[in-house]
Amino acid sequence: MSTLSIPVEQGPSVQYLLRLGDTALILGQRLGEWCGHAPVLEEDIALANIALDHIGQARALLTRAGQLGGQGHDEDQLAFLREERDYRNATIVELPNGDFAATVLRNAMMATWFRLMWERLRESSDSELAAIAGKAVKEARYHQQHSADWVVRLGDGSEESARRMRTALDTLWRYSAELFDSDAIDSSAAANGLGPRWDSLREPWLAEMREMLDEAKLPMPADSAYLSTGKSGVHTEHMGYILSELQYLQRAYPGGVW
Amino acid sequence: MNSRQNAANQSAMDEWPLWEVFVRSKSGLDHKHCGSLHAADPQMAIQLARDVYTRRLEGCSVWVVRSDQIVASDPADKDMYFDPMEDKVYRHPTFYKLPPEVDHM
Repeated sequence: MSTLSIPVEQGPSVQYLLRLGDTALILGQRLGEWCGHAPVLEEDIALANIALDHIGQARALLTRAGQLGGQGHDEDQLAFLREERDYRNATIVELPNGDFAATVLRNAMMATWFRLMWERLRESSDSELAAIAGKAVKEARYHQQHSADWVVRLGDGSEESARRMRTALDTLWRYSAELFDSDAIDSSAAANGLGPRWDSLREPWLAEMREMLDEAKLPMPADSAYLSTGKSGVHTEHMGYILSELQYLQRAYPGGVW
Repeated sequence: MNSRQNAANQSAMDEWPLWEVFVRSKSGLDHKHCGSLHAADPQMAIQLARDVYTRRLEGCSVWVVRSDQIVASDPADKDMYFDPMEDKVYRHPTFYKLPPEVDHM
């Protein structure tokens, strides 16, 4: 690693945007790993499309975070030159993809969350963020439809597919608590109209997930006491591996462009 | 049949059915055939058609049709079906004298 890392603006508005941008970035990076490995060619392309949508959202959000941060950082510097502790993504998106069932379940959970989030962010006091949300909400609606269909197809499919979906629920559900945990950064964003408190999305998210899981004939998991900590910068052991792959080029060839 | 052939037959049976994809590039134009894909059911077929064939802004509407539902002419019938039309130019409306005002129709 031959390039120095950049410091990160700690103000609440920038942190709020980094949480969203990093969650999109890392989910996009994870989904990109499916490229060339999905069960069928058509789904391979579908997953790559979703991954690229997330990368596009991350680009817009990190650009805006850089502008608000006032240190002249652009999207690439923020994506590629931060230390692990400065990434603010929710932990659920950095977990390994697992099998296809785990992938579609995480996509369904995250697409539902993102769709609700983008709908609220369309009303943001920051016109730039509102415009990003207006575009992204259309992408998220499709992500939700596509992944929810898979949840139902596998959950209400064969014995084996239902077993895998239940295993995926056991693994992933506990990480959803972090998506609805609010703190001072949220309060600040809510107070100045930048965006909603994350805990305000919990009820509508649970209602939509319940409907999806009912249709899939899967049990709605109980609430978990566990709270993951990715959005405060404390990540799982998986994060370093993602970053070494994500950051390799910019660290090895500083400022390299196409 | 040896075991390899058995496996090949089994894999063909397990494979999702084939669908033909038609995309309309703009409102007012026709849907045009643009390719095919495998999908388990109609809903999946429409979604995958969107993902595979419209990702570069190719369309505003998609149709999918199960390939086995399409009735096609037999290539062996080509002679009797299509060749006789070769010398029947009178079926083209090119022998009318048009008034100058409506020329270039």
